[in-house]
Amino acid sequence: MTRPVEISVPKAAGELPNEKFVELEKYIDNLDTTKGALIRILHKAQQIFGYLPMEVQLFIARKLNIPGSEVFGVVSFYSYFSTQPSGKHTISVCMGTACFVRGSDRIHEKLKEELGIGSNQTTDDGLFTIKDVRCIGACGLAPVIMVDDKVYGRVTEEDLPEILNTYRQKTIDS
Amino acid sequence: MALKNINITINGKNLTVPEGITILEASNRAGVKIPTLCHLDLHDLKMVNKTASCRVCIVEAKGRNTLVPACVTKVYDGMDIRTNSIRAIRARRIAVELLLSNHPNECFTCPKNMDCELQALAAELGIREIKWEGEKIDLPIDTSSFAIVKNPNKCIMCRRCETMCNEVQTCGILSAISRGFSSFVGPAFNISMAESSCTYCGQCVAVCPTAALTEVNNTDQVWDAINDPDKYVIVQTAPAIRVAIGELFGMEAGTIVTGKLVTALRMMGFDKVFDTDFSADLTIMEEASELINRLENNGRLPMLTSCCPAWVKFIEHQFPELLDVPSTCKSPHIMFGTIAKTYYAEKNNIDPDKIVVVSVMPCLAKKAEAKRPELTKDDANNVDIVITTRELGSMLKEAGINFNTLPDSEFDNPLGESTGASVIFGTTGGVIEAAIRTAYEWMTGKELEHVEFTQLRGMEGIREGTVKINDIDLNIGIAHGLGNARKLLEDIRDGKSKYHAIEIMACPGGCIGGGGQPYHHGNIEIIKKRQQAIYNEDKNKAIRKSHENPYIIKLYEEYLGKPLGHKSHDLLHTYYTAKEKI
Repeated sequence: MTRPVEISVPKAAGELPNEKFVELEKYIDNLDTTKGALIRILHKAQQIFGYLPMEVQLFIARKLNIPGSEVFGVVSFYSYFSTQPSGKHTISVCMGTACFVRGSDRIHEKLKEELGIGSNQTTDDGLFTIKDVRCIGACGLAPVIMVDDKVYGRVTEEDLPEILNTYRQKTIDS
Repeated sequence: MALKNINITINGKNLTVPEGITILEASNRAGVKIPTLCHLDLHDLKMVNKTASCRVCIVEAKGRNTLVPACVTKVYDGMDIRTNSIRAIRARRIAVELLLSNHPNECFTCPKNMDCELQALAAELGIREIKWEGEKIDLPIDTSSFAIVKNPNKCIMCRRCETMCNEVQTCGILSAISRGFSSFVGPAFNISMAESSCTYCGQCVAVCPTAALTEVNNTDQVWDAINDPDKYVIVQTAPAIRVAIGELFGMEAGTIVTGKLVTALRMMGFDKVFDTDFSADLTIMEEASELINRLENNGRLPMLTSCCPAWVKFIEHQFPELLDVPSTCKSPHIMFGTIAKTYYAEKNNIDPDKIVVVSVMPCLAKKAEAKRPELTKDDANNVDIVITTRELGSMLKEAGINFNTLPDSEFDNPLGESTGASVIFGTTGGVIEAAIRTAYEWMTGKELEHVEFTQLRGMEGIREGTVKINDIDLNIGIAHGLGNARKLLEDIRDGKSKYHAIEIMACPGGCIGGGGQPYHHGNIEIIKKRQQAIYNEDKNKAIRKSHENPYIIKLYEEYLGKPLGHKSHDLLHTYYTAKEKI
């Protein structure tokens, strides 16, 4: 027996800034029609808030006058949508075929161990989020990880601490 | 414009059918049975579930490489269909075997044992082994509410509940969550049923083919109470039970079994067998008075009936700004509980703490209603235990009571006496008809010639009628099914409602179609037959107006004073609370 991934949508940790709701509302109000626009609106909302906590989903449901369950049904269906806040830096580990055969699963494991979190989770200091993604189109460099927009090719497990430290240092410097 | 007819062949037989219908509809016309599972056609309720997710109805169509689902594939001219080719039969069987491979093997102990459509289908298709063993879903069972148990492990993702909840009832509680193997049906954000805005109407339970959605079972509590020598156990049965419970014992739908029901309850060991109909008459005394009061004193109109707890919860979540429109009357079975523990207890010198009131209801929402905080304050619950028609049926079977051969007997008095007006509470339109019978006579001082207001009767989702009382043309609206109710409520909210009084029942057909009734398995004719039986029972009653019930008159004389008086206000009325919509 397996237990499917537990899904729960936490409320946002802190107060969500009102101006973000205003921005989202403005976007929705400017649409010609909200019919069939739910996914587009969710994309926008994720772009504004960084993720889709319960409050944001309910806001959209009430604005569109549709059930919260309908919004949540869509959010939980598409892996693109995230109900957890992302860290300052998102580390995407490519699990596509080429990277996988070159050991990206070991990279993935090592990274989780280094940061003490699982996939789609964020470190307590809010610095890193790990994501496992499919092919990012850099198979020649396999195995590949991306930190935000920067691609690291032919990564080894030994490279990881140094890469992580680069970003930790950046934060301290700024 | 008449639909064009086309020619098709089903299993070698030539047929002429209208263009645009599905293979399944064409087969039904030809008398050819195609097994279905997820499909559910409740045309009269404007609900057709055609997700085509189960693939049980797949058939062969000549010239097409793949088998096609009959429930959604439309016929075309010259189509040559084989419903029973070996390829179709085997594929159909595989579809069911795959469903079973991910289904808990616990038919023996399942609440839907012998009433499960998946189980019946497995028998029908002659499945003797489950060939595949794979991963099984193991999700927590939601027992958070007092009314509905949701066991996602028994869900086959037919989505009937979702269609019912969203399209017919417009509550929007249930939705498919997640994707692929991990998907399941539940409320938004994976909250529990109790945390959701669910009204507990139980229509999802009424259409669930398996035991993924069932009622909270309270039968053990009832047996414990009956067998506790310190308890004085009173049972009351709702109007809709007497025209439906016979079905659980193989009787034709619409058979009136009031007398047998009373005998059976007495055999179970209840100390008193009373009737919710008595308190339905009492409800009319209060509700008709309230309507007259609002009419004469420029009160809030329209007034909405408040007998249906699912409807009450619906308005609390969905239209919290309209909480001044429902009547403040408690629902009949709650009024009964109150009267049993006050008037009846005092009159018979029984300690109210020893009284256990059991309600037999066609309804799941009544289970949750009985636990509402404002109805359970003062320490003593007004109603202690609520069981459904189905639960009572299973208790009778358990007790070995041979229902079909029982002699008839009468309800106990005084809380067992009732009028025809109270019986029709069981069907859509009945409560308002009963209220009008009384309001008319009170307002005009004249005797009503025709007690049957046929214009208020029927099965249309929204109905209306006008009754002239003195110089008022009283406009009456009726809605059953919460989607229909929503339309009337939106009009009230927007100031467009022309009605003085509105009756709303959450379930299609009213209580006869309640979520606790014997399963109709998609046959709405059953609900229509129950409705006819209700009207026949009304006809058979000597007294047909609530205010003429001699025991009700006595109750006011001896105890309550007058309708809307101080005591009745304290005991028989309630209030509503705005609730969040999730």
